[in-house]
Amino acid sequence: MTVRDIVGPLMLVEDVEGVTYGELVELEYPDGTSSLGNVLEVNGDVALVQAFQGTQGSNPASTKVRFLGRGLTLGVSRDMLGRVFDGLGRPRDDGPEIIPDERLSINGMAINPTARDFPDDFIQTGISSIDGLNPLVRGQKLPIFSGSGLPHNQLAAQIARQAAVLARSDDPTKVGEKLEGEFAVVFAAMGITFEDADFFMSELRDTAAIERAVLFLNLADDPAVERIATPRMALTAAEYLAYECDMHVLVILTDMTYYCEALREVSAARKEVPGRRGFPGYLYTDLATLYERAGRIKGRKGSITQIPILTMPEDDKTHPIPDLTGYITEGQIILNRDLHRRGVYPPVAVLPSLSRLKQKGIGPGKTREDHADLSNQLFGAYARGIQAKELAVILGEAALSDSDKAFASFADAFEDRFIRQGEHDDRTVEETLALGWELMTLLPRVELKRIKDEYIEKYLPADETAESTVEAPA
Amino acid sequence: MEQGTIVKVAGPLVVAEGLTNSKMYDLVRVGEEGLMGEIIEMRGDRSSIQVYEETEGLGPGDPVTSTGAPLSVELGPGMLGGVYDGVQRPLDALEALTGAFLARGIDAPGLSREATWMFHATAHAGDSVVGGDVIGIVQENEVITHRIMVPPKLSGRIEHIESGTYTVDQPLGSLVDDAGTTHDLIMMQRWPVRVPRPYRRKLSVDEPLVTGTRVIDTFFPLMKGGVATIPGPFGAGKTVTQHQIAKWSNAEVVIFIGCGERGNEMTDVLMEFPELEDPYSGYPLMKRTVLVANTSNMPVAAREASVYTGITMAEYFRDMGFNVVLQADSTSRWAEAMREISGRLEEMPGEEGFPAYLGTKLAAFYERAGKVLALGGPLPPGSASVEEAAADKAVGGTSEPGGHESSEGRDRIGSVSVVGSVSPPGGDLSEPVVQNTLRVVKVFWALQDTLAYERHFPAIDWLTSYSLYLDKITPYWNETVGRGFRERRDRCMEILQRESELAEIARLVGVEALSPDEQVLMETAKSIREDFLQQNAFRDDDQFTSLAKQDLLLKLILHFYDKAREAHAGGASLADIFAAPVRERIARAKYLTEDDFGVFADITSDLETQLVAEGSEEEGV
Ligand SMILES: Nc1ncnc2c1ncn2[C@@H]1O[C@H](COP(=O)(O)OP(=O)(O)O)[C@@H](O)[C@H]1O
Repeated sequence: MTVRDIVGPLMLVEDVEGVTYGELVELEYPDGTSSLGNVLEVNGDVALVQAFQGTQGSNPASTKVRFLGRGLTLGVSRDMLGRVFDGLGRPRDDGPEIIPDERLSINGMAINPTARDFPDDFIQTGISSIDGLNPLVRGQKLPIFSGSGLPHNQLAAQIARQAAVLARSDDPTKVGEKLEGEFAVVFAAMGITFEDADFFMSELRDTAAIERAVLFLNLADDPAVERIATPRMALTAAEYLAYECDMHVLVILTDMTYYCEALREVSAARKEVPGRRGFPGYLYTDLATLYERAGRIKGRKGSITQIPILTMPEDDKTHPIPDLTGYITEGQIILNRDLHRRGVYPPVAVLPSLSRLKQKGIGPGKTREDHADLSNQLFGAYARGIQAKELAVILGEAALSDSDKAFASFADAFEDRFIRQGEHDDRTVEETLALGWELMTLLPRVELKRIKDEYIEKYLPADETAESTVEAPA
Repeated sequence: MEQGTIVKVAGPLVVAEGLTNSKMYDLVRVGEEGLMGEIIEMRGDRSSIQVYEETEGLGPGDPVTSTGAPLSVELGPGMLGGVYDGVQRPLDALEALTGAFLARGIDAPGLSREATWMFHATAHAGDSVVGGDVIGIVQENEVITHRIMVPPKLSGRIEHIESGTYTVDQPLGSLVDDAGTTHDLIMMQRWPVRVPRPYRRKLSVDEPLVTGTRVIDTFFPLMKGGVATIPGPFGAGKTVTQHQIAKWSNAEVVIFIGCGERGNEMTDVLMEFPELEDPYSGYPLMKRTVLVANTSNMPVAAREASVYTGITMAEYFRDMGFNVVLQADSTSRWAEAMREISGRLEEMPGEEGFPAYLGTKLAAFYERAGKVLALGGPLPPGSASVEEAAADKAVGGTSEPGGHESSEGRDRIGSVSVVGSVSPPGGDLSEPVVQNTLRVVKVFWALQDTLAYERHFPAIDWLTSYSLYLDKITPYWNETVGRGFRERRDRCMEILQRESELAEIARLVGVEALSPDEQVLMETAKSIREDFLQQNAFRDDDQFTSLAKQDLLLKLILHFYDKAREAHAGGASLADIFAAPVRERIARAKYLTEDDFGVFADITSDLETQLVAEGSEEEGV
């Protein structure tokens, strides 16, 4: 068995026997370092191996290769909670090795669609732009599309801190109580800086949530190819906690952009025909095998909710990474640089953001009867307000019709009071809805076409506010 | 059964040696676990196989066994209400075998061998029959009477045939062909998925597939037997629109292919359809639906096969004489599966890495749609016997006129309509899948993300979408909706087009700079958009609108347009006209139920009284 070629992170090994696709490999380099790897292709007696730790320090003549006869696995146990691992699942803190209950293949298995339970438990994140308009439900995969320098980490940490599930309520006009339940956070870092990872850890530490967290860290200076395994490690741990230990698991995967770039690196080294922007043609399928590991399963108590974070290159939503992600995930929360510049936190670009599961997660019993209509109306009104403001830029404020003026000032108030909130401001969903209704008073009542009359009667604050606030928002 | 040996494994592609007697597209079993695969290329002694399951753990030296037959589906009673993966393995049976996760190497037949069905023979011993002839019926559920047909390639004289309770593969009779060979007659047929099922003749389409979605039915209609595509960036509404069609369209059978899409979307259908009532039969929608679910995380080769599995099922129901609608969500994922396999085969790539044959494959797929005169003779007498009377009513009686398939003694005419969604990267419609699809489809529903951001749903862009069936549909409209519907539709379209031109001007100089007539037009266009085009799929009182009500809504809006211009010409101020209280009633008219038709007359009379020429104290302008 000899190494013939070394190209980037790949090695071509000759004279192999009994090697299988996906098999785990141990590589020992002449400079004393070593790497794990796996088989990407096997053709007769030649195997193509990708080295997770890279190929630095190796050479064809004296690299030792050992095929381990199994695929890449993770040893799982409840003791993982509170621990920090590296990108390949080896302890990175000073703690002991985990004594596994089971060893699971990190690729997992696809959930049978008939076994899935539809996610419809509303998660209160305490953030109005999410709860009010693009609500998250248990078992959903809802990514944050961000850009470099935007506060996606703060937002993800705030969600992780504040997330709570509400009890069902028999009264359509009332929201249920917060439920207690066993939860866990699984955090996978791919290529982010130590500082960013440290931010998460200290956020979790501050709320003692660290005890319920499992961290897999592949940082910026860790080997890039290892990143391909990292989210799979994290999701394998999450599946174990959710489906074997009955926990509700929130998985944060950050930054998916670096993950995809690692895939591209391997693909380029294999000289595969590239798709858009050099990313491999199977990027969609590859991402799907990660994102689809979110969900709920009938008859099991736990669930996996995913919040992948990605930074859009040049803030471009049509870049293949956000684009393919958006096609797989159940919506997206998009952060906007302009709002950020204007000091609005969280800078959620409400209009292009979406939660596909919202229809099932809100409404009577789950949140409140008026939630869906109100949120539709807020969307419509904000869109119209933005248009009016654009018009005003061209034609001047004075050229706007009265109703356009009302919409323009609504848009300002909406950004200022509804979207904007503090990093530690944990709003209940009633507070969010009340805020929404208050803003409705800025609009002429005939314009509230998307809300059922009965809700307007019931929830729209009395008229006096309408007159006094039309003037100018804060 | 021939055995070969694996020499190469690269992802979903396996190369084996020693399968010299096998044929292209033969189904093979790979490795010790017997994973399903299909031969897709043969070079000398080497066969390339796409494997429908994960290939981890396979290596050179592992065995491959050929089944000697191509990938086929099983057709017969028991498909309706079912959920299959891309190669027709019933997902509930797989769940029973291995639990919530899909394990490898498991198998279950497409049609249950245990389930029994009451078969009523309509043919008799001694009858001469040809392929496609109906020989009996099975009341599969409350909605569908399954017609048992002679397999397409078989013909001869029925030796004996007997009504009774059978499983799908138990002989219920026998047939002697011209060569004198005796064949058992069973309910189940097998058909290779990549081969279109034969029919006597294709017919020209002449009836709309009514979907209840206003922008589709009125502006960009689809026909029974027609083909449509719905491309759009993520979040624009492809899936919701397709679900709407699956739910409310007046087809008798719906095949929904979730091709490389989200698992939860399939779960959604699975949970919702058994609860929802079919507006035509009154029974749960699931009873007329078959799902093929090969979600994005399931093996990519099976995704490639899923569209063929689905359309073969659709053709089978068509052959019985039903109107079938097939939805493929998303054809882009299918094309990507082709691209991935093609890449592994090291084929010369075409545009954006897609194989050069992408266009041919897409065209061939859509060509399997159509309205046809089915193979075999007319429905035999007795197919509407006592038990079947009820079913007959459910199938033909309550559907749109032209449910001719249920009446005895007439030709069996069936159709497959195909709606394929496309997920263009970055929403870029110039990409190969969209472009190749547009060459073959007749209806184009273009989704716009800007509309979706405003929550204008369905986000179908009225300016770029089209339907090439308008002229074919007009006679039907004239007859069943009313003369003038086409004209009203065209007038509204014109108003919308004019609005987009005027909007440009208004953007530069302000609405006030437009002439009063133009301002009325702008208001009317807004009303068309908001009070007609916008339709909330999640509101019970909005998700379905009959053609009759669609026309009433158009009439109201156009009536406003005419009256407003008249009133203004007579001296009423635009501000008063636009603020008339009746406008709110028009805005809410779409939520009126089908029984409230009287209210339309009421609103019309409001229009008459409120929009009058200068009735008030104001000066005319
Ligand atoms: N007709 C409609 N009525 C109401 N909401 C809609 C409609 N069509 C789409 N939507 C909204 O848009 C979201 C995205 O639609 P979807 O069909 O999933 O998009 P795509 O399949 O194109 O990614 C849905 O979750 C829903 O909130």
